[in-house]
Amino acid sequence: MGSLELRAVSKNWGGAAAVDDVTFSVTEGNLVALLGPSGCGKSTTLRLIAGLEQCSSGAIAIGGQDVTNAPPSGRGIAMVFQNYALFPHLSVAENIAFGLKVRKVPRAERDDRLARAAEILGLGALMDRKPSQLSGGQQQRVALGRAIVAQAPVCLMDEPLSNLDAQLRVEMRREIRELQQRLGITMVYVTHDQVEAMTMADQVVLMRNGRIEQDAPPDRLYEVPATIFAARFVGTPPMNVVPLATLATRSNGDVLVAPRGLDPAAVAVGVRPERTVIGERGIAADVVAVEYLGADTLIETRIDSHRFIVRRPGKIRATPGERVHIELSHTDLHWFDLGSERRLTV
Amino acid sequence: MTHRATATIHGWLLLLPAMACLAVFTHWPAVASFIDSFYSTPRARRPARFVGLDNYQQMIADPIFWKAMSNNLWFALGTIPTSIALALLMAVWVNDKIVGRTWVRMAYFTPTILPMIAVANIWLFFFTPQYGLLEQIVGFFGGRSTNWLGSQDTALYAVTIVAIWKEAGFFMIFYLAALQAIPPSLGEAAAIEGASRWTYFRRIQFPLLMPTTLFVLINSVINAFRMVDHIFVMTRGGPDNATTLLLFYIYQVGFSFWDTSYAAALTCILLALLAIVAFVQYGWLERRTHYR
Repeated sequence: MGSLELRAVSKNWGGAAAVDDVTFSVTEGNLVALLGPSGCGKSTTLRLIAGLEQCSSGAIAIGGQDVTNAPPSGRGIAMVFQNYALFPHLSVAENIAFGLKVRKVPRAERDDRLARAAEILGLGALMDRKPSQLSGGQQQRVALGRAIVAQAPVCLMDEPLSNLDAQLRVEMRREIRELQQRLGITMVYVTHDQVEAMTMADQVVLMRNGRIEQDAPPDRLYEVPATIFAARFVGTPPMNVVPLATLATRSNGDVLVAPRGLDPAAVAVGVRPERTVIGERGIAADVVAVEYLGADTLIETRIDSHRFIVRRPGKIRATPGERVHIELSHTDLHWFDLGSERRLTV
Repeated sequence: MTHRATATIHGWLLLLPAMACLAVFTHWPAVASFIDSFYSTPRARRPARFVGLDNYQQMIADPIFWKAMSNNLWFALGTIPTSIALALLMAVWVNDKIVGRTWVRMAYFTPTILPMIAVANIWLFFFTPQYGLLEQIVGFFGGRSTNWLGSQDTALYAVTIVAIWKEAGFFMIFYLAALQAIPPSLGEAAAIEGASRWTYFRRIQFPLLMPTTLFVLINSVINAFRMVDHIFVMTRGGPDNATTLLLFYIYQVGFSFWDTSYAAALTCILLALLAIVAFVQYGWLERRTHYR
């Protein structure tokens, strides 16, 4: 009952498209992350699913039912807001039970569900407090409580962890994922943090300028990025993408050649920083900076004007200004078309 | 002199101008009125002498005082709830996304910026018998001609309506500011939970507006006893004291009849009344008010 489907959904704000022809679907019980930089339309997409905004065109179905024109309360969704949107004058218990009261759930069942939500989230001792008396993490839990007590088949989350400190974010990340799997909720999770998306999601929808850049599971997004943007957005440090022409002129060993059928002048080569080796032969690069992170070392270099980062385990000795040679393995290369920025299948 | 003492003196010196103004123009007149109310009014050849509670006894026996008091209570009862309810209604309405929102807000606020004397003159025309606006409308529908301000039955209602019209827009601005301080995500959260517009207002908006309501309530009570400008223009307390409000009566006693001691006694009663109301409101409502 908790599947979700968007078909060619668009949203225009006075001519400018915030969401442009977005189509994706989520299987019941899965967690999909809407990932992208700010202004890419991910939050607007979420608000369209919630019914807080009306689609300019396209259709949305939840649990197989068309809800494109349904009011927010008639869609079978719960939502956690970025600022939590807790009612400041109501206690934790009243906040969580607000929706149940509005929907006139009988008292006994209401108390039952409230107690269960409190137990799941460890809020038992805080039920009579006001939101202003809670820490950020506790407020987050109350917002979660309000979402799960509704027992809606689909739960929407709008950057729920962005107001928490780094350590708490890691904990809540794990907790939300665990909760989602235990309760079998279908979840749409908006974030600009690729680590959140990669660690939590079953499926990542990467967006840019209102359009879907790639819709894939996290491992596939990392291993087979569909565009240069996807390649660079996912992974820290990002993938190195350099035009083939530049690499070819700088190599002192085997010259990289474009796969058959491709125009060497119109392709770019992508390679993950950890898939590179510094050696005697290869592509000449000038070291710009060296960052030692403990487990590995990042060596930032320039190949002509292109930034190229090498990541090697352990401690690597290199000094800024030094010329090094980078060896690449053919099997680790990603090929992109420079014009369309799309991946080329080889 | 120690550093601490210097700082203290500097502090008091900085406070002095404001304190002097308050003391000379507010506190001392209040205290002086209180003292004067126990003396007789000084006449040319008879200086003031202590008369104890004579002025207050006179008040109890004074039918016009009681008339002014009951008029004022009805006036307060008529203006306070209606103007607050109207203000809230208008604020909630113009807070929503409606066409011409700015224009409507401005229109509602206009009565507040107009001087009361000018407003009273406009309304005087509305209420004028025979050719006044109200008469013409009533006449158009074949209604009976009424002298709204000249009749004892309707005069108090007429001045009450003017006060409501004047106040509602003013209070609306406070409500509007408070409404805009409520994050829109609260409304969205409530909408997702299935709350109707009315439920959202009753359970979320109205409780969060309580600090504003308290403020507006106290102001409206004070205004109900303070606002008499339009009485001067429209009725001068008539007909037969039907629209005499407490402050208007104090003015008459003090500056038309020149019975200053009796006016002082009336003033003390008015102040005491307002003080009690304010204390009750704070004591009762503060406990039910959520401050962010």
